[in-house]
Amino acid sequence: MSIKFKNVDYVYAPGTPFQTQGLSNISFEIKDGSFVAIAGHTGSGKSTLMQHFDGLLLPSKGSITIANQTITVDTPNKVLKEIRKKVGLVFQFPENQLFEETVLKDVMFGSLNFGFSEEKAKEQAIRWIEKVGLPEETMSKSPFELSGGQMRRVAIAGVMAYEPDILCLDEPAAGLDPEGQKQIFDIFKNYQKLGHTVILISHNMDDISKYADDMLVLEQGHMIKHASPKEVFSDADWVKKHYLDEPAPSKLARSLQKVGFHFSSMPLTVESLVEEISKELRAKGGN
Amino acid sequence: MKDNIVTVQHLSFTYKDTKHPAVNDVSFNIPKGSWTTLVGHNGSGKSTIARLLDGILLPDENSETLIQIDGITLNEKTMWDIRDKVGIVFQNPDNQFVGATVEDDVAFGLENRQVPRLKMQTIVHDVINQVGMLKFQKSEPQYLSGGQKQRVAIAGILAIGPKLIILDESTSMLDPAGKDKILALIKKVQKENGLTIFSITHDINEASQADQILVLNQGTLLASGSPIEIFKDESLIKSAGLELPLFYKVKNKLIKRGISVPQEIDNEKKLVNYLCQLNLKM
Ligand SMILES: Nc1ncnc2c1ncn2[C@@H]1O[C@H](COP(=O)(O)OP(=O)(O)OP(=O)(O)O)[C@@H](O)[C@H]1O
Ligand SMILES: Nc1ncnc2c1ncn2[C@@H]1O[C@H](COP(=O)(O)OP(=O)(O)OP(=O)(O)O)[C@@H](O)[C@H]1O
Ligand SMILES: [Mg+2]
Ligand SMILES: [Mg+2]
Repeated sequence: MSIKFKNVDYVYAPGTPFQTQGLSNISFEIKDGSFVAIAGHTGSGKSTLMQHFDGLLLPSKGSITIANQTITVDTPNKVLKEIRKKVGLVFQFPENQLFEETVLKDVMFGSLNFGFSEEKAKEQAIRWIEKVGLPEETMSKSPFELSGGQMRRVAIAGVMAYEPDILCLDEPAAGLDPEGQKQIFDIFKNYQKLGHTVILISHNMDDISKYADDMLVLEQGHMIKHASPKEVFSDADWVKKHYLDEPAPSKLARSLQKVGFHFSSMPLTVESLVEEISKELRAKGGN
Repeated sequence: MKDNIVTVQHLSFTYKDTKHPAVNDVSFNIPKGSWTTLVGHNGSGKSTIARLLDGILLPDENSETLIQIDGITLNEKTMWDIRDKVGIVFQNPDNQFVGATVEDDVAFGLENRQVPRLKMQTIVHDVINQVGMLKFQKSEPQYLSGGQKQRVAIAGILAIGPKLIILDESTSMLDPAGKDKILALIKKVQKENGLTIFSITHDINEASQADQILVLNQGTLLASGSPIEIFKDESLIKSAGLELPLFYKVKNKLIKRGISVPQEIDNEKKLVNYLCQLNLKM
């Protein structure tokens, strides 16, 4: 099975003066079990697209096949609930996702809603609260009396706790400290390795090149590229033209190239960059 | 001190019904006209400090505590004078918006300061244009995308141009090109008007361009110094959960491989130039 978008349009506030075309004729297919990154400039439609994966927004036109179901403009709520059990979404702003009295209750909510027993839901919640790096004493606190990064972690734990087949993450690293970012991406990567699909919206090209194996690029509601990150980043001019960036190691490599260094292929990681630099220096017989 | 816009001494704050202070006996200065960055773990107390500097929160009772901003000591009587000098862009832009449209929202701070109507309209138009949101000036702020909200929140503060601008992770959701542009815009406004920027960020590249970095850990100040002083301290980086900027990582890894790179190289350009020289000499 795969996830398939077919000619999907989405229009915000149709028939009002504020009518906005959120998505235009989006079609693609992604394999189950892949780690897919969605990138694109501010307001290009990433969050709008993401909210179609779990039927939070329904396409104005076209259809989506996901988790053995089809979503169109008239998919009934009963089917949507089935889908949401299998497709978990972490929102761009975690505050919009939190509402319970305590962190523990909040993280349990999804599991209970999708039919886990009280006991199992609690067990899962405690496990994930720890895994996302929240101090134990936050469990009994209100989710609104936390720091920004702590709220983000609660929102992530709440979705991971019911272990959806398809995990959708809208800028999950925003607001996390560097250590937390690494920790959380390891969790996502492991989750993929266990056979789940991970869909990630990110502005961080280093993370995309490091973790994703497929990539969609949006611009003004249109999908302008569907390729592997390696392929996307190999065309520096294209990347720049569409408000993206090369991964930082490639950028540094390119500056070195301009002053006489040679690279057999553009390094995407620090390790390969350092390897290439020392190879070049050694080849010249130094050190 | 005369050339510090902010002086903080023995500042502590404990949230209601919590056991440990979120900010614990912190002292620091922010030089006038500087770009000072505050970094540290999630929950280390950064946003709490921002709220204390603006008088949104009041410090724990302690006779030694002092918050001084632009020569004025913060207390209940001076709160409104201080708020005139300080502008915060909050971590979540939704907490910032008051206007029904983008232009109303950006105008709000100016209206409060009784700026004449015509002048206000010019300023509002200019800043909305500068942050690239002209197309959305009649839109409702809550229906914007994440990055668009952050742009509008920043425009609202730039319109007022307070002496001290506090940015609480205000560019965390911008695309790479957009982030560079907005940071350059803030820098330009800072230089032109002699403003001071106090920026809370997890973006280590942004921090590496600051004049001064303050490192917070569990409510206490772990270190302060120039980026080069901070980033050369590997144990500090580890305990504060930070990361090194890319060129530091490359530099350190090259040194580990036996390639000599001088300590004082503190930005990417210098590293590139140095490696170029090295390559030519060989
Ligand atoms: N509820 C809404 N009503 C009307 N327009 C909206 C609404 N939500 C988003 N939009 C508009 O639709 C476009 C796409 O928004 P979306 O949130 O999908 O962008 P994005 O790619 O996620 O951007 P960012 O990186 O800034 O989060 C934007 O121009 C935005 O202003
Ligand atoms: N309203 C509140 N009530 C009780 N405790 C709070 C409240 N707001 C924050 N805290 C706690 O105070 C501590 C400091 O929070 P603060 O928001 O200042 O952290 P921060 O450094 O800004 O973190 P982040 O990087 O995640 O934004 C945290 O442990 C947090 O849980
Ligand atoms: Mg978005
Ligand atoms: Mg904060």
